[in-house]
Amino acid sequence: MDLLCATAVDVSRMVASGEISAREVARFFLDRIQTIDPKIHAFLHVDPDWTLSLADAVDAKRAAGKPLGPLAGVPVALKDILCTKGIPTTCGSKILENFRPPYASTCVEKLLAADAVFVGKANMDEFAMGSSTENSAFGPTANPWDTSRIPGGSSGGSAASIAARMALVAIGSDTGGSIRQPAALCGVVGMKPTYGRVSRYGLVAFASSLDQIGPFAANVRDTARTLSVISGRDERDSTSIDAGVDDYEAALTDVKGLRIGVPKEYFAEGLDSEVESRVREALDVLKGLGAEIVEVTLPHTSYAVATYYIVCTAEASSNLARYDGVHYGYRKTGTPDIIELYSKTREAGFGPEVKRRIMLGTFVLSSGFYDAYYTKGLKVRRLIKQDFDDAFKSVDVIAGPTTPTAAFRMGEKVEDPLSMYLCDIFTISTNLAGIPGISVPCGFTSGGLPVGLQFMGKVLDEKTVLKVAAAYEQATNFPTMPENL
Amino acid sequence: MDAATVEYVARLSRVDLSRQELELFSGQLSDILDYIAQLNTLDTTGVEPLAQAVEVVNALREDNPADSLTVEDAVANAPEHVGRFYRVPAVLE
Repeated sequence: MDLLCATAVDVSRMVASGEISAREVARFFLDRIQTIDPKIHAFLHVDPDWTLSLADAVDAKRAAGKPLGPLAGVPVALKDILCTKGIPTTCGSKILENFRPPYASTCVEKLLAADAVFVGKANMDEFAMGSSTENSAFGPTANPWDTSRIPGGSSGGSAASIAARMALVAIGSDTGGSIRQPAALCGVVGMKPTYGRVSRYGLVAFASSLDQIGPFAANVRDTARTLSVISGRDERDSTSIDAGVDDYEAALTDVKGLRIGVPKEYFAEGLDSEVESRVREALDVLKGLGAEIVEVTLPHTSYAVATYYIVCTAEASSNLARYDGVHYGYRKTGTPDIIELYSKTREAGFGPEVKRRIMLGTFVLSSGFYDAYYTKGLKVRRLIKQDFDDAFKSVDVIAGPTTPTAAFRMGEKVEDPLSMYLCDIFTISTNLAGIPGISVPCGFTSGGLPVGLQFMGKVLDEKTVLKVAAAYEQATNFPTMPENL
Repeated sequence: MDAATVEYVARLSRVDLSRQELELFSGQLSDILDYIAQLNTLDTTGVEPLAQAVEVVNALREDNPADSLTVEDAVANAPEHVGRFYRVPAVLE
């Protein structure tokens, strides 16, 4: 079998049966990275010795007659925000350039226990702040469908690694759309689970009440399998939810009779007409599969971006206070006193977007402005969550576009932070409400750029979200890898 | 946000800024705050603030002793350390 056309489910079956060794799979994808990644820059760190040692451990386990896990030998890319013990974890920032975590994140441990093989650490916007991966301190990632365009962000390296088949599964984090938006722009599947579904232990913190880890893959079944592996309660993350983990793969059945809500606010001004056409066509496909399409309203949608930039910056300004040039990471040397050590280290160590958000967050939390901004933001957050609670009284799942436009050109929005923020207008609300969301490919623009369709579900109802995504995928089957790369 | 406010917030944030960054951020942060101001058109009287969307209460666990990070591992990433201690410029004269 051609490994470029294989799914993660195929690979794990072949490795478990001995049809191919984990080392052969790892070698294939390492070679692929070496050939393709100079054009894409999806990875910040690739260490063949590390990858091959993980593959050898899987092969040794099989040789010893032990049963293999559900991701046996599957090549996985990890966003460089997940702590890997002894392996560089930079978060796309100069301030963590030489950081080697002394421990591994829970998600990484669970993937290893499932016999996955890590092929590298994926590029990202610095501290996951951005929608284009142009904010990485180590240079941008290109979109595999058109290398003059951005792959989306902040998990742009993870999404691009799947589209270019340098990995079969990738892990990202989603605070306001950072998994779903790049998945849409790179034409792959990406899912943000319910807040608390996946442990955040060992995920470098950006906005703790919004951050959630989730999978990317080329198809829904691989996504579902990976989600089953990484989900679950973790006593090291007190916000992880104490609920059983469903067998998400088993939930992939038909959608007859399912009620799909379509929010009219997601088809408003600013939505590209080609993106709108692809999404409308998708809704027709779902209707053809026996689902019922119902118009719903999420009346506070237009306030989501403003609310998000209060909540996320406030939390970020607190979380990023730890980068002080003392405990780990970069330090500016030659400063006369401790205060200057902090402020000069942070001046040199952080990029412009991170500085902007730290300052905005500090401002909205500062004395005299706290109630007008932060408290106000939290009140509107409740209204946004209430919108979803009301809509889900009459529908099982909500569908709409993932992004207002297809991938834009590199450099197009870097000078205008607000226009970059508006890229996430359709993904931000789910983080504020804590609900799960997925983006699946729904066709292309006339220029050949991928378009994403988003499904959003009730809290802890990943099953329905994956089910509808799988049924749609099966009915359409759009290519998820560019032909000429 | 005028330059003086940006300077004040930068000081609170412990981030030094160049003159150029100060001017750039002053304009950009003003645009963002103007955009955020649209929230004031919403009446939120009586609405309870929501800090955590999926609330978990009383997440408790058994207090079982276990190994934690060693001092060597904890200081290994420090830019400068002496034995078990982080090294910083003198704080007290």
